[in-house]
Amino acid sequence: MDFISILSIFVLACFVGYYVVWSVTPALHTPLMAVTNAISSVIIVGALIASAAQGSVYAKYLGLVAVVFASVNIFGGFAVTARMLAMYKKKERKS
Amino acid sequence: MHQLAATPAWASLAYLVSGILFILALRGLSSPASSRRGNRFGMAGMLIAVATTLVLHGTGRAEIAIAIAIGGAIGSVTARKIAMTDMPQLVAAFHSLVGLAAVLVAGAAFLNPEAFGILDEATGHIHNVSRIEMGLGVAIGAITFSGSVIAFLKLNGNMSGKPIMLPGRHVINLGTLVAILGLIGYFVTDDAHWVFFTVTALSFVIGFLLIIPIGGADMPVVVSMLNSYSGWAAAAMGFTLHNSAMIITGALVGSSGAILSYIMCKAMNRSFISVIAGGFGGDSAAAGGGDAKEQRPWKRGSADDAAFLMGQAEQVIIVPGYGMAVSQAQHALREMGDVLKAAGVRVKYAIHPVAGRMPGHMNVLLAEANVPYDEVFELEDINSEFAQTDIAFVIGANDVTNPAAKTDKTSPIYGMPILDVEKAKTVLFVKRSMEGVGYAGVDNDVFYMGSTMMLLGDAKKMVEEIVKTMN
Repeated sequence: MDFISILSIFVLACFVGYYVVWSVTPALHTPLMAVTNAISSVIIVGALIASAAQGSVYAKYLGLVAVVFASVNIFGGFAVTARMLAMYKKKERKS
Repeated sequence: MHQLAATPAWASLAYLVSGILFILALRGLSSPASSRRGNRFGMAGMLIAVATTLVLHGTGRAEIAIAIAIGGAIGSVTARKIAMTDMPQLVAAFHSLVGLAAVLVAGAAFLNPEAFGILDEATGHIHNVSRIEMGLGVAIGAITFSGSVIAFLKLNGNMSGKPIMLPGRHVINLGTLVAILGLIGYFVTDDAHWVFFTVTALSFVIGFLLIIPIGGADMPVVVSMLNSYSGWAAAAMGFTLHNSAMIITGALVGSSGAILSYIMCKAMNRSFISVIAGGFGGDSAAAGGGDAKEQRPWKRGSADDAAFLMGQAEQVIIVPGYGMAVSQAQHALREMGDVLKAAGVRVKYAIHPVAGRMPGHMNVLLAEANVPYDEVFELEDINSEFAQTDIAFVIGANDVTNPAAKTDKTSPIYGMPILDVEKAKTVLFVKRSMEGVGYAGVDNDVFYMGSTMMLLGDAKKMVEEIVKTMN
């Protein structure tokens, strides 16, 4: 992919983000932050590439440490979001 | 243009699918009903991205599995144990990890460019475009990390919420920012180690300096802003790796945080620049104040009075604020709501966008306490109702109810949209003491109105007492 294609994806994704986020109900803004936290840990892709690569031992260890941090975030972020959203669920049944 | 050592088409498509699943994850949050399915889309997207990467890069799987297991265990346990009132700290801590991971990945890419496919075979150096992307990625990541650490310490109470103002800080901050950008520019001509590491170090410093002067009341903006930065850091690394999942996610998270910052700033009628410049807002609920205010008469009520008044009312609107979170009063509050509803009183909750320490903070706490979400209203949906309401029950909120925001041009909170509690027939104001005057350090005329009754004491104890009396 050349730079312009990547830039196009990026710019279009910003627009998608803009419209999608405005449609999020304010009551769910905290879960929104938790879940965006979890998905921004997709940076783990870079960490995995570094961990799997040969060549530089330092790069490999940096990568592995990054995998740990990103995993904390992925598991923690999705789990805490699920926990919060489950609290919104209980009331649906009640009311 | 260079390309990432020939990513096969199936992998590019898989990354695209995971990007789309992330979009659907956010889309799901448009209503509580669809939100849980959205969260599952997000998990699926992450699984696809990780699996694809592991298949593409086949070595070192054992170490990677251990690393994921360690991180996953820490994350899962933390998520299960954390109290809902501590959510702002947790989110800040998570942001710092994204930032740090971005720094580490950028560092790894710098040390081993070949593995990331950003090495120019002809010259043996890193591609020029990649250098800029990497420089920006590491800078934003480092700022996110150190900024979030400070935000965490402030939110967690390890550090005072009072703004810390260094002399000449604007000059220092601007100078550091210019130096960082200059060095990233210079990085294009010389990819020496010292340039990369100086950019990293300076960015850690600026993140720290930027958040230090920002006070407690501005924390919702700061947390949203750092959310946004963590997204831009991921996007910058996505540019380096030519990975569409990372770019899409980065753009989504970046715009999400930016929009939340905008909403928060608007709800406080403050410009983003003035928040960043810092200096506004004090410590927790009882900070500041107490100085040279002329004594004005006010009425003190008891739990008995409050129980009696609310029992007679047709409609009660409850206005929660950070003080409710601090004293963990949400469960007692819901109990009070239940008793009132059983007695035929209509109960509604009014949430100001900046109530609490992060966007949606109050909503989550009320949800935790099992308050039905159709009883919870946003500012613009409920504000007109106060005039027809018998009782406004303000608990742990102050500045967001201060009518000075509408009338007093000299007030620091002038222009901020507020909840019109003063229009209710009676205002019951739960507050720790008459000393505190909110974060903005402004006195609230509502305290001294003839129709106001101050209920002084710990929010949770006060509500529990009211419930006891009602029963």
